[in-house]
Amino acid sequence: MIVETGHFALVLALALAVVNAVVPLYGHYIRDSRLTAVAPSVALAGFGFVAYAFAALTYAHVVSDFSVVNVIENSASTKPLIYKITGVWGNHEGSMLLWVLILAIFAAAVAVAARGMPADLRSLVLCVQSWIASAFLLFILLTSDPFARIAQAPIEGQDLNPLLQDPGLAIHPPLLYLGYVGFSMTFSFAAAALIAGRIDAAWARFVRPWTLIAWIFLTLGIAMGSYWAYYTLGWGGFWFWDPVENASLMPWLAGTALLHSAVVMEKREALKIWTIFLAILAFSLSLVGTFLVRSGVLTSVHAFATDPMRGVFILLILVFFIGGSLALFAWRAGSLTPGGIFAPVSREGALVLNNLLLTTSCATVFTGTLYPLALEALTGQKISVGAPFFNATFVPLAIPLFLVMPFGQSLAWKRGDLLGAAQRLVLAFAAGLAGLLVFAAWKGAPALSYCLAGLAIYVIVGSFLDLGRRLSGGGLGNVWARGSGLPRSAYGTAIAHAGIGVTLLGLAASGWGQENILTMKPGDTAKIGPYAVHLDAIAPVNGPNYTAAVARGTIFEGVAALGAIEPSARFYPSRKMNRSDAGIATIGLGQLYMSIGTPSNGGVDARLYWKPLVTLIWIGALIMALGGALSLSDRRLRFGIASRARRSAGPTPQPAE
Amino acid sequence: MRRALALTLMLSWPLAAHAVQPNEILKNPVLEERARDLSAGLRCLVCQNQSIDDSNAELARDIRVLVREHLVAGDSDAQIRDFLVQRYGAFILLKPPFEAGTLLLWGTPFLVLIIGGAAILVAARRAKRERDPAVPLSAEEKKLLDEVLAGK
Repeated sequence: MIVETGHFALVLALALAVVNAVVPLYGHYIRDSRLTAVAPSVALAGFGFVAYAFAALTYAHVVSDFSVVNVIENSASTKPLIYKITGVWGNHEGSMLLWVLILAIFAAAVAVAARGMPADLRSLVLCVQSWIASAFLLFILLTSDPFARIAQAPIEGQDLNPLLQDPGLAIHPPLLYLGYVGFSMTFSFAAAALIAGRIDAAWARFVRPWTLIAWIFLTLGIAMGSYWAYYTLGWGGFWFWDPVENASLMPWLAGTALLHSAVVMEKREALKIWTIFLAILAFSLSLVGTFLVRSGVLTSVHAFATDPMRGVFILLILVFFIGGSLALFAWRAGSLTPGGIFAPVSREGALVLNNLLLTTSCATVFTGTLYPLALEALTGQKISVGAPFFNATFVPLAIPLFLVMPFGQSLAWKRGDLLGAAQRLVLAFAAGLAGLLVFAAWKGAPALSYCLAGLAIYVIVGSFLDLGRRLSGGGLGNVWARGSGLPRSAYGTAIAHAGIGVTLLGLAASGWGQENILTMKPGDTAKIGPYAVHLDAIAPVNGPNYTAAVARGTIFEGVAALGAIEPSARFYPSRKMNRSDAGIATIGLGQLYMSIGTPSNGGVDARLYWKPLVTLIWIGALIMALGGALSLSDRRLRFGIASRARRSAGPTPQPAE
Repeated sequence: MRRALALTLMLSWPLAAHAVQPNEILKNPVLEERARDLSAGLRCLVCQNQSIDDSNAELARDIRVLVREHLVAGDSDAQIRDFLVQRYGAFILLKPPFEAGTLLLWGTPFLVLIIGGAAILVAARRAKRERDPAVPLSAEEKKLLDEVLAGK
């Protein structure tokens, strides 16, 4: 019964979404504020219904109701409770429901939190959101009903894909969706601004928290996914340039560009048209990502849902929203007045360069991901575009980006002084060069690794120089007073920039990794990098819904035992699937990584890796997210504060960022 | 069908192992290093976007062994790649060759950089011209200004 009410709630949510998609727009058209004012309440009610539907599906999964097809296909009574809950979104139907739930949460957040923004703009934003919600609710109800029942319920379910029975992958989709769907907010803001014809610095300020939220979650989601791949896929890689990974990287690149161009728009009223375009682009790429993953057009490790009918439906959604918004853009963009002008060498100029490079890398990833499909469809020629292509094209674009990053932070707005900026960065150059030499002497070849490590040090030090100068500007005596006077977004910028530098350092270090592949028997010792692993025993272990062979090893450095390492090979009988669970020991910032195959003849094939500094890749992502969060907590950006501040008497001086 | 699939999977369970296996590794470390580099650029034909170096598939293993046999026989990297392309098509190369069909693929970064850069230059010029303070006042504006200055 609960399942049916969930289905019904979803239908009601669709009805409300359609109401919200039409009424505020009509109200705006006939200039009736009573009609536009319905949007927030309807959005809140819609959120209530979607949340109920999601709760109903979760209930069905938790009680293992095997009369529901979705539960049969993705659950089993023996599955641990945590994976019964996360299994709700570990499948196509449930993940689409999660997508819509997050969309509804964002809409509700706008309805509740964004009281400071003009009421008509808020209604239009909610209206555009409802268009998206209607499309996806329709998609779920017509092609991907999660509540479908079966007449004869089986006694046991088919269990969840073992790769997905993992804490990392349990939180990866929600994080990623918060990012994807978060960009629907910036999209809605852009579309609403185009409809209302009001695009100014205030708009940029209203939209910035939403861009930041989306960006933070997308950053975390990508990092989480990459760490998951690292420890479950068993060969120690963390980024494969897989189409599905690219699908999340593209909106991230566009979103990062948007974050930066919105700053220019907010401070200087310049780049308006471009910022609007990026807001549309970031969400369009999120939709493309959803399409790539959900349609099964690129069947890859991740795409566990494949159904061409759904593909066509999502393609229609894609065409409608991207085409519609671009048409609206083309129609309205011409009437936008260009904003403040600036010299090529200036903070704005650096941000334009940042945008050019980010957009180019985004376009490169886009072509690389879709080119094989297009080429096969057009000429029948089959080619592969894999990691070597992306490394050859993406890296040369990223390096100049890292080089100019600290420059941009040191340049003044409007008109900067390149030589002066370089002088201010002397410390960063020195640190980078020192880092390069130290790493070259310490770790040695490959050259690319120590050059990138030097670049990373330069970026990290450079990120803080501008902040340091502003803190110590009037002598060291009043650093504290100056520090508390600086906006939090200044700290956020410095920290986020340092974060990407930290990630770069971790990536650079992958060149110093070592591996040892061998067959081991209990009692054997394998050398790996500066350590050795002694295999103590291979033991069978029974989990709740799997059986496993666990290799128990001890790590030695010389003769001193450092700790244990326990890789295992699991077998899930209900799906007849294997899954390896790498044994990972974190030593300092590096990790010793060991994975095993299936034991045979008393021995086991083992892969051991020593990965120095590898944790920095994900620590850097966390630092980036922290920087984003600090920036988000900036008093000037808090929802509604902006407009209140504007109403207070007189202009207040704004420190440049 | 599903049972057949399950059976196949079950049978393949004891065989399942990780990518490069210990018994494949060549004695000569230099050749093995070359084998690994080559493998990283070759696609596992039955997998999605995985190199044969990363893949557990039987076919990937066969090609890994094939590559090593050729290396031991003294073939150059290019010869081995050509041999594999002849046998399996360019599909096997993860880094597509630069040719007519892939012109746009390899050209995208340059194209976007050039078009983007040009667009930025044009926009900057136009903005400067529109905001140029040296643009003289029109006759009407001048008259208005004179009136204001005359204090009317």
